[in-house]
Amino acid sequence: MRRLVYLVPLTVFLALAIWLAVPLLEGRDPSALPSALIDQAMPSTDLPGIPGRARDASGLTDADLLAGKPILVNVFASWCLPCLAEHPLLMGLSDDGVTIHAINYRDDPADSADWLARHGDPFDRVGLDRDGRAGIDWGVTGVPETFVIDADGRIRYRFAGPLTPAILDRDIRPLLASLDQ
Amino acid sequence: MIPELGHFALILAFVLALVQGTLPLVGAARGEARWMAVANPAAVGQFGLLLLAFLALMYAFVVSDFTVSNVVQNSHSAKPMLYKITGVWGNHEGSMVLWVLILALFGAMVALFGRNLPPTLKARVLGIQGLIGVGFLLFILATSNPFLRVDPPPLDGTDLNPLLQDPGLAFHPPFLYFGYVGFSMAFSFAIAALIEGRVDAAWARWVRPWTLAAWCGLTLGIALGSWWAYYELGWGGWWFWDPVENASLMPWLTGTALLHSAIVVEKRDTLKSWTILLAIVTFGLSLLGTFLVRSGVLTSVHAFAVDPERGIFILVLLILALGGGLALYAIRAPRLQGGGLFAPISREGGLIVNNLLLVTATLTVLVGTLYPLLLDAVGGGLVSVGPPFFNAVFIPLAVPLVAAMGIGPMLAWKRGDLRAALGRLWFAAVVVIVVALGAVWFWAGGPVLAVLGVAMGLWLVASALTEMAERIRLFRIPLVASWQRFTGLPRSAYGLTLAHAGLGIAILGMVGTSVFRAEVIEIMAPGEQIEIAGYVLTFDGVRDVQGPNYISNQGRLVAESDGNQFVLTPEKRWYPIAQMATTEAAIATTWLADIYVALGEPRDDGRWVIRAWHHPLVPWIWVGSVIMVLGGFVSLTDRRLRVGAPRRARIGASVQPAE
Repeated sequence: MRRLVYLVPLTVFLALAIWLAVPLLEGRDPSALPSALIDQAMPSTDLPGIPGRARDASGLTDADLLAGKPILVNVFASWCLPCLAEHPLLMGLSDDGVTIHAINYRDDPADSADWLARHGDPFDRVGLDRDGRAGIDWGVTGVPETFVIDADGRIRYRFAGPLTPAILDRDIRPLLASLDQ
Repeated sequence: MIPELGHFALILAFVLALVQGTLPLVGAARGEARWMAVANPAAVGQFGLLLLAFLALMYAFVVSDFTVSNVVQNSHSAKPMLYKITGVWGNHEGSMVLWVLILALFGAMVALFGRNLPPTLKARVLGIQGLIGVGFLLFILATSNPFLRVDPPPLDGTDLNPLLQDPGLAFHPPFLYFGYVGFSMAFSFAIAALIEGRVDAAWARWVRPWTLAAWCGLTLGIALGSWWAYYELGWGGWWFWDPVENASLMPWLTGTALLHSAIVVEKRDTLKSWTILLAIVTFGLSLLGTFLVRSGVLTSVHAFAVDPERGIFILVLLILALGGGLALYAIRAPRLQGGGLFAPISREGGLIVNNLLLVTATLTVLVGTLYPLLLDAVGGGLVSVGPPFFNAVFIPLAVPLVAAMGIGPMLAWKRGDLRAALGRLWFAAVVVIVVALGAVWFWAGGPVLAVLGVAMGLWLVASALTEMAERIRLFRIPLVASWQRFTGLPRSAYGLTLAHAGLGIAILGMVGTSVFRAEVIEIMAPGEQIEIAGYVLTFDGVRDVQGPNYISNQGRLVAESDGNQFVLTPEKRWYPIAQMATTEAAIATTWLADIYVALGEPRDDGRWVIRAWHHPLVPWIWVGSVIMVLGGFVSLTDRRLRVGAPRRARIGASVQPAE
């Protein structure tokens, strides 16, 4: 019986290893999490704005998301390092005229206002989701995440993790172009 | 030609590692002294070859050899020389070469300086070390060749990510790897001891310096990384619970536990199988960190290019090393006999509390880090993981840990007297209560956590100093006699005081900046002034500066308070080749606080958004960390770790006195 105790670490480790191996062996791109919301109407959203935000302090509502043209919704937080990594790409998209709204996930509004002022603000509207409630509605598993929403307000694409130039060129820009026609 | 030489050296090192990982182990099992003796030259030769490969890669970066694919992707001819050199390990392939180079360095150090190790133990340690080398060299050669050529070569490179072109970030990987890889030594010693079936005080004495050296490196690496996060991200954040940060924190926590439990094995000949398990797990967590960062299973800003094939390869290595180690542990550990008995209230008891809390903390970080994966597996859930989760679970674990850290060193081995120990800490307690009450008064209605945090930090510093004062019987015997006692103490006693007090100082810094920071945002025209925390900041305007591979708007502000004057030059930089902008904050420190200024967006009328912060005590986080590392180094020079260990220990192992 006492010997069995010494088997515990091995058992725990093997369980962990199998669990880590499954997604890799299935050959799944870990960031391409399927979303239950694909091709569904976007969840009803009514979030307050960030008071200190220089560009636009008003919040994010359903009316903003039903813009009659394809838009991006980015979920970010100032405490999130990967968000900083993808930030220049969002700045570039915004400069190209793409409308990007944002959900500021589990963040201090003062911190996120600072963050946007410091690193640039590519967003049209930013909704503050302090308690993560909207994140649950949207099925967010972590930050950053990016959604593409078509003119009728349906979610057409979701990417979990920091965007890269390759993902923009492969998925997002072609999708935006095709939705825009 | 030179890249090919480097590639060839890598292949030769792989072959030598194969030899090192087989012959000495078989020799040790059969008692063939000549086979065992192969380990020494193989380990030294492997280090020499890997150094050659590393220098070849560095040469390719320094001369900007754009026929090498790795250089094209991570360098540019206009990049400053410093970042050309640090660019060698600023990418996946190069950092793996650095990883195996440090692994071989540790192996060579054992071969050269481990003369007093018993021959079979030494052969087995080097053999295990060789096997780890085989795995990682095969990984590099099969999936991540840094010397791959491109044809036709491009005219210039694509530049290193500008976020990585920073001294804080450029220099922290070597320290981190020194820590990660250093724990492989503890692992090899643990496996060798399991094969030999013997763990005694001598073994603990040999394994301790390697663990301590690795711990110092890891502490320094983590501190440098968090310093980078602080000045690159701004507003006082210095730890973000990012997966990569967590990956370095987990082996640090178990490594700290290992350092302490190894003392128990050495002094009291007990807790053996626990110590062995910690050694295996600590290295396992280092490997897990490597796996998480490079497989793309979790996303992070520090993560290298994602490649599932590499992920599978590292996972297989992880399973072989850790699974094999733990299986051996399951077979052999039950036979390790515990030595001395002890009462719950004793130095050993205190160290067990320390170990349990550290391991629990590691588990919470592990769960929090892997949570997004778990969520994916079960199809979504309600709890989100981020700083709120970690703060909520980590702080309640840290409070009893810090409380125990103050009391533990006061307890005697075997059977301690808690009341007497607490009695000797009355001075520390008075200091803590007075200052904590002062903080309440000064900050009426402030958060309870701030007062608690200040009290915790002070408690550590005060109790560490009290412990030292007790040892030298300060003020109870004449000062001269106290001084003589002080100089006569073993170095590890200074190490204890420094490391514990250093952590206390770091905690004060963490609390200070989290609670007492102040902030001002103004749109300023040149000549205007703002005031923050007693400083007057005068804005002198912004000028354009041409950097080597960037263009920059550089602002200038003069900060003045009571005759003290600093010039602050925050910048916004644009890297045209990488097509990325970065902001460089300007920081002036008084060591009691930082003035931190960031340049915001320009307005159409020529005014600029200026953000200024006052971060009290924040430098103490890193000062405290450096003091902790200093404690580690001082302890490393302890006489008992350097000389005569085996002979003394072999006698000591049978009649170990309870100190």
